[in-house]
Amino acid sequence: MFIYRGLLLVSFLVLATLSLPHSAEAQENPYFVAYDHYLEEPGNLEVEYYSTFGTQRGGNDFHAYWMEFEYGATAWWTTEFYLDGQTTFGNSTIFTGIRWENRFRPLKREHFINPILYVEYERKNGADKILKEGEGHDVEADFLTPNSVARQEIINEMELKLILSSTFKGWNFTQNTLAAKSLSNEPWEFGYALGASRPLALKASAKRCALCPQNFIAGIEMYGGLGDRYHFGLRDTSHYAAPVLGWNLPSGWTLRISPGFGLNDNSHQFLLRWGVSREISGFGSMVGRLFRGRE
Amino acid sequence: MSARTFGILLLPLLIGVCFLSTGETRQSANFASETESQADTEYSEIRKAPEKARAKRNPLEKDPDAVAAGRILFQQRCAECHGDNAEGGKKGPSLRAAEIQNAEPGAIFWILTNGVVRKGMPVWSKLPEPQRWQLVSFIKSLGPTPVRAEAPPANASHPPAKDSTSRLR
Repeated sequence: MFIYRGLLLVSFLVLATLSLPHSAEAQENPYFVAYDHYLEEPGNLEVEYYSTFGTQRGGNDFHAYWMEFEYGATAWWTTEFYLDGQTTFGNSTIFTGIRWENRFRPLKREHFINPILYVEYERKNGADKILKEGEGHDVEADFLTPNSVARQEIINEMELKLILSSTFKGWNFTQNTLAAKSLSNEPWEFGYALGASRPLALKASAKRCALCPQNFIAGIEMYGGLGDRYHFGLRDTSHYAAPVLGWNLPSGWTLRISPGFGLNDNSHQFLLRWGVSREISGFGSMVGRLFRGRE
Repeated sequence: MSARTFGILLLPLLIGVCFLSTGETRQSANFASETESQADTEYSEIRKAPEKARAKRNPLEKDPDAVAAGRILFQQRCAECHGDNAEGGKKGPSLRAAEIQNAEPGAIFWILTNGVVRKGMPVWSKLPEPQRWQLVSFIKSLGPTPVRAEAPPANASHPPAKDSTSRLR
């Protein structure tokens, strides 16, 4: 029942997003896993949908997906809510959990390296396959458990990240260090993500255009696990490298695509990710008016 | 690891967040007690631009397309807060005010790059440098708000409420 309610809510929100007139052209990074130091503009809401198709050796391939609602609470605080699900071919489709993520910018000015503090709470089940980050000793073989069994395991997890990001001559370079802790009796797990990207052109065109090179951002990201508190390192961990491409349309939509490749035997051999998002400017004011009335 | 240990590890982060929040509150309280005029407060940030930043020249000064490209960028990124014609909006001040129009291009570029994060203006360094200079070209091309030839109000002792240089963000 919860799943159907969730789907109804998501459908309503997606339809509401499509019907909203206020959109702003986003200048979104193309990453799927790595984060840079740019937060959502205050009062803006970004509604995002992402998919991951993954190959599975010894089992069925899968398609995992998530909806993301990203809101700029202030210029130094962005908060996001996620709904995750997955389909394992030849098995079943299930809802896998929720995430609540917050990013904070501690410094008020731009520096050569800009830190962002990231705090996330996840309530997911063991069948989660969105691979939103690489952590601990997560390996491909973990995904062989059938959904009906894996979903019995409920995981409450806190995740902390230190994001260090820099922009130089149009290039963005970012490095994320991750520490995750299941709230049950599990050790701390660690992971990393690296990213580099650049718009195809640095100057904007004097005409409005969808296909202008400045609307495209290309790059690469790499991510994986670093073991846990007792076995820190690269042993029994999975790692991925993925070229990324983002297309920021003047209508406020952003499209992203990224073919990812496993870098060792513990990784899925191939991941194809894609995503679509739309930024709604002034969302906070619109909601505020609903409760305050027109000024 | 116990919940207690976890709580201890989270504590510094929560303290940091509280510090940031109270910092903003304190800043707001200070504003209220400041004796400087509202206009001074509103545009005070641009005066903090370091000399080195002010001295930077706009490399696109002579680019004939810079203003047109900057206009499009302005509509896409800035009009939501500063108004469609940069006359000021609910969230952002007028960019036609003398404080902005008389400022060095380098100082405007510096504000775009660093934002005024504690007062709600995001950093715009995610726009590549040439695009920020295009925005500067557009903003500088606006000139001051045209003065309306209106008769002074009957109650001249009350200043107009919507003067572009007297609104706090």
